[in-house]
Amino acid sequence: MTRADVQAGDYVLRLDGIAKRFGPLVANSGITLDLKRGEVVALLGENGAGKTTLMNILFGHYVADEGTVEVFGQPLPPGNPRAALAAGVGMVHQHFTLADNLSVLDNITLGTESLWSRGRGRRAARERIAALSRDFGLSVHPEARVGTLSVGERQRVEILKALYRDARILILDEPTAVLTPQETDALFETLRKAIAAGLSIIFISHKLHEVMAIADRCIVLRHGKVVGEVDTHATDRARLAALMVGSEVSLPKAEARRPGPVLMRLDRVSTPAKGTATGLRDVSIDLCAGQIVGLAGVSGNGQAALADLVSGLVRPDEGRVEIAGEELRSWTPRQALKHHIARIPEDRHKTGTISDFSLTENAVLEGYSHPPFSRRSWMDWHAAERFAKDIIAKYDVRCQGPSQQIRLLSGGNMQKLILGRVLEPSPRIILANQPVRGLDVGAIAYVQSRLIAARDAGAAVLLISEDLDDIQSLSDVIHVMSEGRLSPAFPRGTKTAAELGLWMAGQGFEGRTHAA
Amino acid sequence: MRLEPIPNPTLARRIGLPAAALTATTLMAALLALVAGANPFAVLGQIVTGAVGSRFALLETLNRATPLIFTGLAVAVAFKAKLWNIGAEAQLYAGAIVAVLLGTGALGSPLVLPVSALAAMVAGALVLLGPVLLKTRLGVDEVVTTLLLNFIMLLFVSYLLEGPMKDPMGMGWPKSPALIKDARLPRIVEGLRLHWGFALALIAAVAVHVIERRTTFGFEMRAVGSNIGAARFMGVPVNRVLIQTALLSGGLAALAGWSEVAGLKGHLSQDLSPGFGYTGIIVAMLALLNPLAVVGTAIFVAGVFVGSDAMSRAAGVPTYIADMLLASALLFMVLAIFLVRMRVVRG
Amino acid sequence: MSYLVDILVSASFWAAVIRIASPLVLATMGELICERAGVLNLGIEGIMVIGAFTGWLAVYQGLPLWGGVGVAMAAGMLFGLLHATLTVPFGLSQHVVGLGVTLLATSTSSFAYRLALPEVTSPPKIVPFQPLDLPVLSDLPFLGEVLFTQTAFTWFAFAIAVLVSVILFRTPLGLAIRAAGENPSAVEAQGLSVSGLRMGAVIVGSGLMAMGGAFLTLSAFSSFFFEMVNGRGWICVALVVFGAWMPGKAVLGAILFAAFDALQIRLQQTPIGADLPYQVFLMAPYVLSILALILMSRRAEVPAALMTPYSKGER
Repeated sequence: MTRADVQAGDYVLRLDGIAKRFGPLVANSGITLDLKRGEVVALLGENGAGKTTLMNILFGHYVADEGTVEVFGQPLPPGNPRAALAAGVGMVHQHFTLADNLSVLDNITLGTESLWSRGRGRRAARERIAALSRDFGLSVHPEARVGTLSVGERQRVEILKALYRDARILILDEPTAVLTPQETDALFETLRKAIAAGLSIIFISHKLHEVMAIADRCIVLRHGKVVGEVDTHATDRARLAALMVGSEVSLPKAEARRPGPVLMRLDRVSTPAKGTATGLRDVSIDLCAGQIVGLAGVSGNGQAALADLVSGLVRPDEGRVEIAGEELRSWTPRQALKHHIARIPEDRHKTGTISDFSLTENAVLEGYSHPPFSRRSWMDWHAAERFAKDIIAKYDVRCQGPSQQIRLLSGGNMQKLILGRVLEPSPRIILANQPVRGLDVGAIAYVQSRLIAARDAGAAVLLISEDLDDIQSLSDVIHVMSEGRLSPAFPRGTKTAAELGLWMAGQGFEGRTHAA
Repeated sequence: MRLEPIPNPTLARRIGLPAAALTATTLMAALLALVAGANPFAVLGQIVTGAVGSRFALLETLNRATPLIFTGLAVAVAFKAKLWNIGAEAQLYAGAIVAVLLGTGALGSPLVLPVSALAAMVAGALVLLGPVLLKTRLGVDEVVTTLLLNFIMLLFVSYLLEGPMKDPMGMGWPKSPALIKDARLPRIVEGLRLHWGFALALIAAVAVHVIERRTTFGFEMRAVGSNIGAARFMGVPVNRVLIQTALLSGGLAALAGWSEVAGLKGHLSQDLSPGFGYTGIIVAMLALLNPLAVVGTAIFVAGVFVGSDAMSRAAGVPTYIADMLLASALLFMVLAIFLVRMRVVRG
Repeated sequence: MSYLVDILVSASFWAAVIRIASPLVLATMGELICERAGVLNLGIEGIMVIGAFTGWLAVYQGLPLWGGVGVAMAAGMLFGLLHATLTVPFGLSQHVVGLGVTLLATSTSSFAYRLALPEVTSPPKIVPFQPLDLPVLSDLPFLGEVLFTQTAFTWFAFAIAVLVSVILFRTPLGLAIRAAGENPSAVEAQGLSVSGLRMGAVIVGSGLMAMGGAFLTLSAFSSFFFEMVNGRGWICVALVVFGAWMPGKAVLGAILFAAFDALQIRLQQTPIGADLPYQVFLMAPYVLSILALILMSRRAEVPAALMTPYSKGER
């Protein structure tokens, strides 16, 4: 179906005047949006613009404070995912909603049969899944346990879940965030097949090139409001970017630098697998003073293992770890801190902070066991508070004061406090694991400029990110991880995104014993 | 329906909701009195008078509060580190056994009191060390192991009292010989039936408070309890902290048993503790795990017990009303405290 | 050791094993359902007490035996509702609420017992379930005594275990319950209510626990004592772990456990019993439960979302 076939009145979905507040935060305000049959509408906006909230309202996870939702001309009862599913709305969540210990088939059929029916039609389900897999190019084994699947496969299961329920409207929340460029292409292929089969799609993203590639129309959200609606063929990336961010925010550009001496070296290191998470397999890497090393890869391919190793949480099974030329014997988080490693953890809420603790307490979480914060087993809270106040001032942490609980801070301010905590002791090695995930553009620019400044001051930075754009714009050299293996170092600008994507998909590792 | 956090709860909310929980408990008492066919006002009045209405009643309440302060503190420190020590009852008896072992002549004068107190703490700590090592080494859930140890310990006490520790002069009753005079805790004021165990309990509460707020270990303990993943990442030696917490918790619980034997009873019998270990959970939770508040809640809880005993004799309402009220107070209070920080909103 | 062999080959021993296992099977299935849905129910000990008490009281007041079982179940479900309301929609600590429910249910039983029978010194008896006398089957050698002279309540308990297993693993409802314990957001995304499933599981599970308690008064003994449950609830929590959250394995665990329990009772009558203090034998069940937990540590696959509260639309 082409756009010419779309008639007025062909609306499959209309959101009218949607508003939603969470306490003082206005997540959505007066949002109106419609979707025609066979159309792909992109919902564009930076983190915190309200995209996910809007879709959660549509799907019934949340109830809107104001506004109505109509699907195929019928009003949708609020707060009822079951009704949304029955009306033909299918959602592929950003964080997959799959039970790892259940099979693909169980995950797909969950909730599709009456809870009070006496048995389960497993055979019919298996056949139907096979047919859908074939028709939409979504190959996955129905009896496999979801926990054993790759991220790409899990996303296919998420899409199959919607298709299995005869979804007519498909909502995809940041579906490409976790995919290689090649997997993204395959996803788009699947989406085109879905459109050909008469489905309509809402595609949530903040990646402009993808939006331009797949969407017919683009709705831009900023601070919970619709700030623009454009046909994609009548616009360009620059204009969309301006709409999305509002004012011009230029992300910092890192100038290439000559690297200094090696500060940390991993030599043929392997670590144990943790449950279903991959360990490191024969990884060698040099972190040099004054250099940002970017680590690209699809999540779940060993980045967590490398981060855990550098953080001191995991010890290598095999191989050598050297810091400033000296081989490490014992290796714990405290050792890592002693060796001046700054660690920005992946998850601000779960590992980076203790949400019930004050800013002061959070500021000294790493340094608490030594002077000036601790002397002879007694805490010096005055010293701790001075340190917290210092960070608050120097890193522009917006808060009520050092005794405020950190859970009340925004993500960006939380990250600034973490930055202050780890950068103030002038570290020599910096591990930045997904440092800008979930932040708005202003905070992203701030965090990135701090990392560049630290590099320029002579620190070795290891930057881990799922976002290839981030990696490419900041890194002096890039490594790619796949299934726990590490690619060779690619200096800045020597590989295109597509080439890196092939490495991310695991090509190029064959025949290599280990990367230099 | 959805829950939404309240960033800065008002003072009215922070005081009003716990007050509502206490009011609900009072209403519950009135209701139970009605069910029992008694006059609710009379019953409530008799509970209050029975608890604090006379000098005798008040001293009885404080005496009853003494072991509850210790077990309440034991539970509060453990729970603060999210170490679910439900075995204060077993640790209490460990302390009581030590009080008898060292207090019946094995040890001579003035040393006996401090030495047996320390030994009791060590014994209680060792009782909890097993479950906590199973937790840190093998990942065995400590809730069930500490609970089961309570039953094992009670049987062990029963064995001791019918065997090696049996009082030969006890007319066949399963009880231990009496403690020598040097091993007994003196009364705080001569003539008043309140022993030094109570003062010791107050000192313990202050000490625990200082440990939690001022020491590095206290900070580590709170960090482990609030977010164990973050604590591990930050380099807090999580297992060591859990073990240290267990030693402190077990030691405090043991002091409850020790002070009951050395201060109040003078010997060990099987009915030494009417569930002080379990009641300690209520005391600690009502105090929101704050060690200083434990003193207040322990006196309150003791008052409910002592008052209900007195009321029961007068009004004929079964004395188990106290246990029901306190269990309800616990549930009302956890809900109230939760609602201080969260509200129920539509959608 | 000959008396050990004598015990193990006697039919009366194995009949006792099945009898002792019955209440454990019921209560363990109750706990298992709760935990499969993601809720640890430490109210079990008290709910067994309230089941034992209300079941007995109902029969004492003239209801038929099965009526007493029904009353016990209803009482258990009521306390299950209390537990579920606090732990599921409000998401309060399952440890604290569970212990609170146990304390409340236990004290309610004591209070109500004293209220109902203020003057009684020795607990009054009721006529309990009688062994079934089945034609032919009951007369079979060995098996007849072991299996076919049990009470109807015992058969009911084991039938419940089969039913729980079938529901959990063969029906859409069971899949939904298991999914709620693995990843509640998966359940919500498929249009099912996590709260509904979890609350339902806790309420029904608590009903089973209470029936397990009622077995003690209505089938095993014939009167109610304050201390009669005596840690059996906690043992059932251990049995769920021992059974790796699988109904079949949990039943086997209950039988194994009951075998040791029956054995220790009998060993007390032998020369060993004369040498050792009886308390050592009474400790056996608790020691055994701890050993079972140690044995299964690190091996069992815990439901991933056990003890994790869930609030709607959580990301």
